[in-house]
Amino acid sequence: MTASLEVSRLAYAYPDGTQALFGVDFRIERGERVALLGPNGAGKTTLVLHLNGILTAGHGTVTVAGLRVGEDSVLEIRRRVGLVFQDPDDQLFMPTVREDVAFGPANLGVRGEELEQRVKDALEKVGMREAIDRPPHHLSFGQRRRVAVATVLAMEPEILVLDEPSSNLDPASRRELAEILRSLDVTVLMVTHDLPYALELCERSLILSGGVIAADGPTREILADAELLAAHRLELPYGFTVA
Amino acid sequence: MSAGHRHRVHRPGDTPVHRLPPQCKLAAVAAFALTVVATPREWFAAFAAYALLLAGVALAARVPPGFVLRRMAVEVPFVVFALAVPFIGTGERVAVAGLSLSLPGLWAAWNILAKATLGVAASVLLAATTEPRMLLLGAQRLRLPPLLVQIAMFMARYLDVIAGEMRRMRVAREARGFAARDVRHVPVVARSAGALFIRSYERGERVHLAMLSRGYNGSMPVLSDLTASARQWLLAGTLPGAALAALLGAWALA
Repeated sequence: MTASLEVSRLAYAYPDGTQALFGVDFRIERGERVALLGPNGAGKTTLVLHLNGILTAGHGTVTVAGLRVGEDSVLEIRRRVGLVFQDPDDQLFMPTVREDVAFGPANLGVRGEELEQRVKDALEKVGMREAIDRPPHHLSFGQRRRVAVATVLAMEPEILVLDEPSSNLDPASRRELAEILRSLDVTVLMVTHDLPYALELCERSLILSGGVIAADGPTREILADAELLAAHRLELPYGFTVA
Repeated sequence: MSAGHRHRVHRPGDTPVHRLPPQCKLAAVAAFALTVVATPREWFAAFAAYALLLAGVALAARVPPGFVLRRMAVEVPFVVFALAVPFIGTGERVAVAGLSLSLPGLWAAWNILAKATLGVAASVLLAATTEPRMLLLGAQRLRLPPLLVQIAMFMARYLDVIAGEMRRMRVAREARGFAARDVRHVPVVARSAGALFIRSYERGERVHLAMLSRGYNGSMPVLSDLTASARQWLLAGTLPGAALAALLGAWALA
């Protein structure tokens, strides 16, 4: 079976010469939920922008469900990889929730009744069905993050990539989002340094540090290895232990 | 944070005026304004007829006079300018209540006031009966360049976000003991404005990335079907039509 996502020997340097990725290798199977952990500046965001072809690899390949990311495949890749940005105000740019959720599928050519159905289904999945006609800036932060997830779900992605999904959420919104993510039948790659959240949601974790994958294994084992975490500037919150 | 924002100029309702497609209303208001501007200033009867027409629209849209008057405050700078003209104008002078006023100046002031007031009142009625985003969709239907419509749309969406950032920057300044009191503080405020510009610019870049990520390829997908029937165009046309009739009537009398 083809993997949902396969990254192979991916290297990238920014135009100013700063090398951000030095050969990243990993593979995510369909239906897995994987956390990508790493300190600030490890290259997490750079890696994420490669996954849907916004940045193109200097060296190496990214393959999504058998389709290689390249200039000719970019629209289909963007349908397959649903990117949820950290700040929902960046993600929600249309005047109403309905138009925002419809934006992605409409760009793929979906119209009319089918489009309306996709919008409703996606909002249903994140529990925001009743907000359909509201402007995004009238929603709470947690609600906006959920709508942001719906905007990519409406594109029926192969893999959902979330950048710091728990940041700035109050505890209740954080738990609600976790419940939603668990209920989705989709492959998830979650970029975070909220380690308890990774443990709660992802059975497997990767540590990206210094532009390479420094660790890949069950989240519980990785979080229990205090030396490994310390070596990559990762720390569990005070009072939190992994049994 | 911004709950009241949407309803500052828009007054939701379900009247025939509210239900008209936005492109019809936009075109009607533009045609009405052109008719008003084309009217010679001496034709008082025509101006009276225009005012009556707008009152009729307000009545049909159930927009109370107080609502219109309060929102007409945007006209104040023009009023101030218009009131100054008779004093600074040249030419033949007349004495009014002991003041020596310029006769051409008085005519000019009347011209500005009457036409601006009618135009602003028509725009206020348009805004009161049409949601801002519908106005933009209407403009798009009227073949306004899509880039301009997109810019206006993003402005409407991000005004609150940027105002929020501006407020946080002000609070951060004041939290460290800064208060803009006189002209010496202008450089600090100016630097904040520069920082705000850069933040907004960077946000624009992030929004663009988010758009690309969802398959944006340079044009917005058209999502709402805003076709107007001939009947709706005809109904919207009554305002400029009646105004034109009034203009022609006044011409026959003149």
